Amino acid sequence: MKTLEPSMLAALAPREDFPILAREVHGKPLVYLDSAASAQKPRQVLEAMENFQRTSYANIHRGAYTLSEEATAAYEGARKKVARFINARNVREVVWTRNTTESINLVANSWGGANLKVGDVVLLSEIEHHSNIVPWQLIAARTGARLAYIPVTDGGELDQEAYARLLETERPKLVAVTQMSNVLGTLPPVREMIAQAHAVGALVLLDGAQSVPHLPVDVRALDCDFLAFSGHKMLGPSGIGVLWARRELEAMPPFLGGGDMIREVSLHSSTWNDLPWKFEAGTPAITEAVGLGAAVDYLSALGMEQVHAHEQALTAYALERLAAVPDLTVYGPPAERRGGVCSFTLGDIHAHDLATILDNAGVAVRAGHHCAQPLMERYHIPATARASFYVYTTAAEIDALAEGLMQAREIFAL
Amino acid sequence: MDDLYRQYILDHYREPRNHGSLEQPDIHAADTNPLCGDRIAIDLNVRDGRVTEVRFNGRGCAISQASASMLTEKIEDATLDELRALTPQDVLDMLGVEIGPARQRCALLSLRVLHQGIGGPYTGRMDDDDDLDDEAAAQALKERDSSGV
Repeated sequence: MKTLEPSMLAALAPREDFPILAREVHGKPLVYLDSAASAQKPRQVLEAMENFQRTSYANIHRGAYTLSEEATAAYEGARKKVARFINARNVREVVWTRNTTESINLVANSWGGANLKVGDVVLLSEIEHHSNIVPWQLIAARTGARLAYIPVTDGGELDQEAYARLLETERPKLVAVTQMSNVLGTLPPVREMIAQAHAVGALVLLDGAQSVPHLPVDVRALDCDFLAFSGHKMLGPSGIGVLWARRELEAMPPFLGGGDMIREVSLHSSTWNDLPWKFEAGTPAITEAVGLGAAVDYLSALGMEQVHAHEQALTAYALERLAAVPDLTVYGPPAERRGGVCSFTLGDIHAHDLATILDNAGVAVRAGHHCAQPLMERYHIPATARASFYVYTTAAEIDALAEGLMQAREIFAL
Repeated sequence: MDDLYRQYILDHYREPRNHGSLEQPDIHAADTNPLCGDRIAIDLNVRDGRVTEVRFNGRGCAISQASASMLTEKIEDATLDELRALTPQDVLDMLGVEIGPARQRCALLSLRVLHQGIGGPYTGRMDDDDDLDDEAAAQALKERDSSGV
């Protein structure tokens, strides 16, 4: 078995920054391998949120009083941090939402509602999360647009020949694909795919829920048109997400109506606020935005190149360890073309049973269809167990996973 | 862990009893756990208010499938009234292993499907599963009991 560089065996981030990692589960040290579902939070994020609530909290864009000014500055300051993090041109390109799902629904309803007509095609892929399928089904039903899918290969990658063909035959108005599969870890060649889509006049939405927390993402270099991601998967709190978009935002009608998104309201008509507030109706997740700003600071200090390198090393190690467990099947591409996610099945043991047995050993993994039922159908499996890694994950934790799996084999007499 | 995955649970998982489906059953019901995708379908033939034949089909974890398998054994020859009187606790007792909160839905899916088919009370619909009034009442009862009033 290949051994890791000593620097890769340890966590990239100081584990003591993450208070929850000190706890035990069923009398065993917690081994948290479900960061793809939601990441744990460093004290820097927790403290930033608490300090803000203790010292500067008020509603934003409202009062002329000191607290409201401070709160607005903190909220808008976080927006600027996020804009820099993804190399946006302008801070106004960053719209706060609740999460990736809401960001995609915003585009589907606002852009889709205004631009999709009967017979228009939205091109998705077979590895999409439900959040990048269902909003398009809903808007397709309303507009008469049609959905087409880029097929996934047996090896878990998007079939690029089929993609090129679909662009020609379907002439989609929009391509909406993930930058990293939450089930297989697949990293599709999105930069090339975006250029190809633009060549046939299609816009591209990237689902960045898994990529933005784990890879350097540069919206200008990628040249995508929309990018959706969530705060809670990138060390920030839940309840805050981001839609980044460029010029299309100007022309798009509002998504939700209410306070803060208007310029003038009369009884029978209204005019809209400037970007990005046009898309931020109602009191937003103020404290959570501040928390996400702190999370972006934390990740930037670690360096996203280092984050990606750390996870690739862990993934390579995990794939080796898992390959040594008899009766185990791992799904998805080889380590060099996947992010820090390993989905697997073990003999005839259902994923839920695996998750329960592993939990008893202190190891937290996700079990189920991972909100990707079409992908499960594609591989003819009801569910997988999934281990996913982040900046605080160590090789020793992957050893604990492998030991837990051997124990599961014993219990099920495999 | 050995407590949960007892030999008979694994036995029912690997060799489920009454597995399959009935041709033109009197009663058919099926449901899934939306969160995890466990799936159970139950077919019943009934004569004079009594179960004459039962089959189930499904896929999912050992707990959900063993629960369905054991439940079909338990309900052979039972009357529909007896089946409607079955409670979640009865099914947990039948399983005979401790089911943590995370796995309750797996263990009780078969009862939910059965009650959906026969018009029993435990359909798992929001109004009977998550009724806040019931929860508040149970909480009040618990507090009363623990305070010794």
